[in-house]
Amino acid sequence: MSARIPLVLLACGSFNPITNQHMRLFELARDHLHQTGQFQVVGGIVSPVSDGYGKQGLVLAKHRIAMARLALQSSDWVSVDDWESQQPDWTETVVTMRYHYGRILKQYQEGTGKDSGPTTNSHHLTSSSPRLKLLCGADFLDTFKVPGLWLDDHVEEVAGLFGLVCVSRGGLEPERAVHESETLSRHWRNIILVREWVRNETSATEIRRALRRGLSVKYLLPDSVIKYIHQHNLYTGDSELKNKDVLLRPLTKQTEMPVKTLDD
Amino acid sequence: MEPQDLTKVVLLACGSFNPITNMHLRMFELARDYLEDTGQYIVVRGIISAVGDGYKKKGLIEACHRVDMARLATDTSDWIKVDAWESQQPEWVETAKVMRHHYKELMTAEQNNDCVDTAKKRRIEATMHAFEDPTSYHTRRDNSPQLKLLCGADVLESFGVPNLWKHEDIAEIVGRYGLVCITRNGCDAHKFIHQSEVLWRHRKNIHVVREWVTNEISATHVRRALRRGQTVRYLLPDPVVSYIQEHGLYSAESEQKNADVVLAPLQRHTGPSSS
Repeated sequence: MSARIPLVLLACGSFNPITNQHMRLFELARDHLHQTGQFQVVGGIVSPVSDGYGKQGLVLAKHRIAMARLALQSSDWVSVDDWESQQPDWTETVVTMRYHYGRILKQYQEGTGKDSGPTTNSHHLTSSSPRLKLLCGADFLDTFKVPGLWLDDHVEEVAGLFGLVCVSRGGLEPERAVHESETLSRHWRNIILVREWVRNETSATEIRRALRRGLSVKYLLPDSVIKYIHQHNLYTGDSELKNKDVLLRPLTKQTEMPVKTLDD
Repeated sequence: MEPQDLTKVVLLACGSFNPITNMHLRMFELARDYLEDTGQYIVVRGIISAVGDGYKKKGLIEACHRVDMARLATDTSDWIKVDAWESQQPEWVETAKVMRHHYKELMTAEQNNDCVDTAKKRRIEATMHAFEDPTSYHTRRDNSPQLKLLCGADVLESFGVPNLWKHEDIAEIVGRYGLVCITRNGCDAHKFIHQSEVLWRHRKNIHVVREWVTNEISATHVRRALRRGQTVRYLLPDPVVSYIQEHGLYSAESEQKNADVVLAPLQRHTGPSSS
């Protein structure tokens, strides 16, 4: 049997707030990737989006980071990275991936004592150098078809160069999303679909709704996170109105640029 | 309504808890939110009562482990407690009897707490007396707690399974005590109530609570994942996951326990005259 390929999983999102379901995605993905016999998952990264994203109800990044850190205190392989959240403007997912991949590769090259020249090009990779894949939920694949949300080049790079690990709840939606996208279907080998058999649909939106209404969210997120939310009085009617009439940053940022694909 | 006018409620959940999952714990939270939101109730306690080994369900591991895990899981709760009485009985105990046991315990505790208050004591004694008469339980006007059975819609459905429940037990559970039923799909619960004469008669005593987050963590799924060496993290509290690993619980072998044994209630209720 050939050596397993070391793999790091990166999850990008609002994490507003982080829930047990987010952490389940990592566990399910790792189990599945190990069962394929091809990969060795060596790390997981939670990367909360920056405040510049402009999503309604998005609380400050410092709080979202703090909550994610508390939640992942008990994990020995998933950690929080605040690079993306500290960028002044929203960062394209592919830019965040490039940053982390560069970092991981540098670490690896230093660790193996290999010449660490300017070789962040994947063509120079050996079979034992680590890979980075984007971890996402089933609904994520659907965002690729929202007009103006993704640049074609970026989808190409995320799916083609890095790859996706998508955890679904048993329906055929992920297969359909791949089928219906030219770019995704071209790179289907690079898209790993993981089945989740437990229907556990804890959305952060529902969590915020419950918190606004004074309902219990215990056992949906770690106690330490719930305590933090109460201490800082985070999710209120007011906080939900943040960015209310603001366009999502990807939609404004990407239309500023002369993108030929949008003229098609 | 003033706080002293609220009816106190104790929620009792009976089941295998093989093992306890976050979903079991969520049911308590959802039920409490719902009942307190009606403005009529204050939920003062939740009790988890694991079934005894005599239940003979397939894959049911020893009660001592199931109770220990439930205790670990409720460690962080300030209102849900585990009670080992049912699990320690040598034979399987009907749920109606478990409810009687806990109701008597509650009344005794009330009496002891307030023995100085003789007026109240008299009221409680009257209640204890009224307890013998099923019709008067809900018409009484005092401040002693009500006991309600907390369950999923599957329990309502199971009332219709032949020989699983005694008719008079169902009548006692829903008529005298009451049910709080957590369901993902309100239609299901209402359908089962509609289709059953006894549930329909006592429908005002059945609270159907909609679950707003689908959180379908079945213990069967958890055991299957454990047998296959898959992770169950974040489906159960971390201390329970550690306990399972330390004791090597839930293997292919443990799943074969009681494999060819008839469930105790079916044995008892199909045998020559029960009770």
